[in-house]
Amino acid sequence: MDVFEKLTILTDAAKYDVACTSSGSDRAGVKGKLGSTMAPGCCHSFSADGRCISLLKVLMSNVCSYDCAYCVNRRTNDTPRATFTPRELADLTIQFYRRNYIEGLFLSSAVIGTPDYTCERMAEVLRILREEYGFRGYIHVKGIPGADPMLIRRLGLWADRMSVNIELPSQASLKLLAPDKSKESILLPMAKIKNGIDESRAEIVKYSHAPRFVPAGQSTQMIIGATPETDRQILRLTAGLYRKYALKRVFFSAYTPVVAGKNLPSLDTRPPLLREHRLYQADWLLRFYGFNADEILDDAHPDFDPRFDPKCCWALYHPEQFPVEVNRAPYEMLLRVPGIGVKSARRIVQVRRVSALNYDTLKKLGVVLRRAQFFIVCGGKRREGLRFKENEIARYLLPDAMPPVENRQLSLFDPRPEDIRQCITGQI
Amino acid sequence: MYHRTDLIYLYDGTFDGFLCCVFDAVYHKRFPTEIYREDDEAIPALLPLHRVETEFDKARRVARSIPEKIGREAQQLVRDAFLTALPQKEAVMLRFLLKGYHEGPDIVYRLGDDDVYALRQAVQHLGNEAHLLKGFIRFSDADGVLVAEIEPKNQVLPVLAEHFIARFSGERFLIYDRTHHSALIYDRERVRIIAVEKLELPPPGVEERAFRALWKQFYETIAIEARYNPRCQRTHMPLRYRGVMTEHQAFDARKEWEDAHVHRKTVSGLQGLPVGRNETENRIRQAE
Repeated sequence: MDVFEKLTILTDAAKYDVACTSSGSDRAGVKGKLGSTMAPGCCHSFSADGRCISLLKVLMSNVCSYDCAYCVNRRTNDTPRATFTPRELADLTIQFYRRNYIEGLFLSSAVIGTPDYTCERMAEVLRILREEYGFRGYIHVKGIPGADPMLIRRLGLWADRMSVNIELPSQASLKLLAPDKSKESILLPMAKIKNGIDESRAEIVKYSHAPRFVPAGQSTQMIIGATPETDRQILRLTAGLYRKYALKRVFFSAYTPVVAGKNLPSLDTRPPLLREHRLYQADWLLRFYGFNADEILDDAHPDFDPRFDPKCCWALYHPEQFPVEVNRAPYEMLLRVPGIGVKSARRIVQVRRVSALNYDTLKKLGVVLRRAQFFIVCGGKRREGLRFKENEIARYLLPDAMPPVENRQLSLFDPRPEDIRQCITGQI
Repeated sequence: MYHRTDLIYLYDGTFDGFLCCVFDAVYHKRFPTEIYREDDEAIPALLPLHRVETEFDKARRVARSIPEKIGREAQQLVRDAFLTALPQKEAVMLRFLLKGYHEGPDIVYRLGDDDVYALRQAVQHLGNEAHLLKGFIRFSDADGVLVAEIEPKNQVLPVLAEHFIARFSGERFLIYDRTHHSALIYDRERVRIIAVEKLELPPPGVEERAFRALWKQFYETIAIEARYNPRCQRTHMPLRYRGVMTEHQAFDARKEWEDAHVHRKTVSGLQGLPVGRNETENRIRQAE
């Protein structure tokens, strides 16, 4: 089998993995060596499904000894199988990188024989890249649950980011669909990686040349929609993972049926893309907007409203917090206004130091007034011409709602409908 | 007070030249209607022209005054704005600077002002375009030299230089800007941006074609059909960037690979692409 075939099979097998970010690591170039990384990451292309392509995302091998029901690579599935040699994969990475196709390598693998053996092969790819070729680009590597901690440690010293997939949002679901994996076998390596990162941080304070362990932090992902958990359960789990394991990212993957199974949704199920989108929106609220999980969803509302984004929802349920005076409100409160994001909130704080804001300036700062107008006042005033009742806000926030703003100011001397009729008929 | 004139300034198109226009305007307390590069084809014929000579001394005096009187942020803004595609950017920058001398450092935050806003928007556009291009540029290996072509709206080469030099410091590379007819050249030691009227790249070699085929195949395989979403794709990667991107060229990946493969037997090289069944695979098969 040639490299072309292998690449085809092992890309196809890896495409359901979500994370393709290359962020969190800032490594300058070194004279004469290949590669650097930049903290915000870099997208090199976008595939036909609109997802960013940043890394060469492939499996080391899809010859799996596990039998997870939802997985296309499970042992009992009849699918073409292939395995890269470490050298092939390392060379492919270098050649793609030189041409600026990619930001680095995303390496995952099916479990070839045992977790340890799999890890060793993956480590060999990383060794060739880092030690032989002096490669300084981004590497994201999957921790294989059940592998020896020493091996995980070795991977972590070469990689920028590591991730262990939590796969499904609860232990019951895991038992049902991934019988070879358990909550413990997943959380153990996650905890090991976290400890490694903490230790490495402490050492770097003492010796600046101490080796860096997983400098871009760890992430995880779970499948949404294959099992019956509510959005609230998923979000609380997510918040817990951020808190307990100091994860950099939690990714969600809308379940796409690829194999049939008695415990699985039927093959004609559409992937729940909107739900996935709402979860990411809520995830952003957790990480950048200072919300906590219980504020976003509670017992009365265990699932996201498909019509509104989670921040809009929160604002609609908390009318007592609004309107916000943009000229004075603290940054944290600006962030909670629908239509104001992190960037525009920062700009508001910066610009209002110099001069008072008006609606025109807000627009220039990137505030989405269509949404924000219902929740703010500017210099004590509502937007000109804006008239609405508080209980109607939700209606105006629907995606194709008519805006309640009249562009012109009402005037005492505006012609009434009768006046127009009289003009036409000539009767006074 | 500055008095408006119907003068049109002509300058040589360099940043120093622009600074001399500022010097001239401040010195004579007059405000030109427009500023053009002297090689511009759209210079209006009916208005009086004034050619501003570029003098290093004057340029240096203006360059120093900006951080001193308006601040570092304004300095950066003006430097970046000079690279943008903003129409009549020189006149906007001149107005900005004159207001800046008058008002001081706060001017950069005065977004209600049309000139400040226009400059900021233009610089943001430059930044966005350069950021996208850091990812979208595609190099080809031509006998060991990496070559790429781009068609940007802004003059992004000075912005991109640092990034690619840090990343490919051990390579020799060239990025050709088709829009502005200039090229960034790096030879492991020095970096230069030079004017290049036209550039014909050599046809790709066998190895280059093999990697293009592999990349296109990867690109097409990684997409999930059930999530097909061309609108989202277009938002992130506008069509205008795709003309020079390998994965958007019209060729059949498999055919291209096989073509390159046939030639490969006659051409040495292509190390790093071992073919044939590998050992482990056999081992795993046997184990099963």
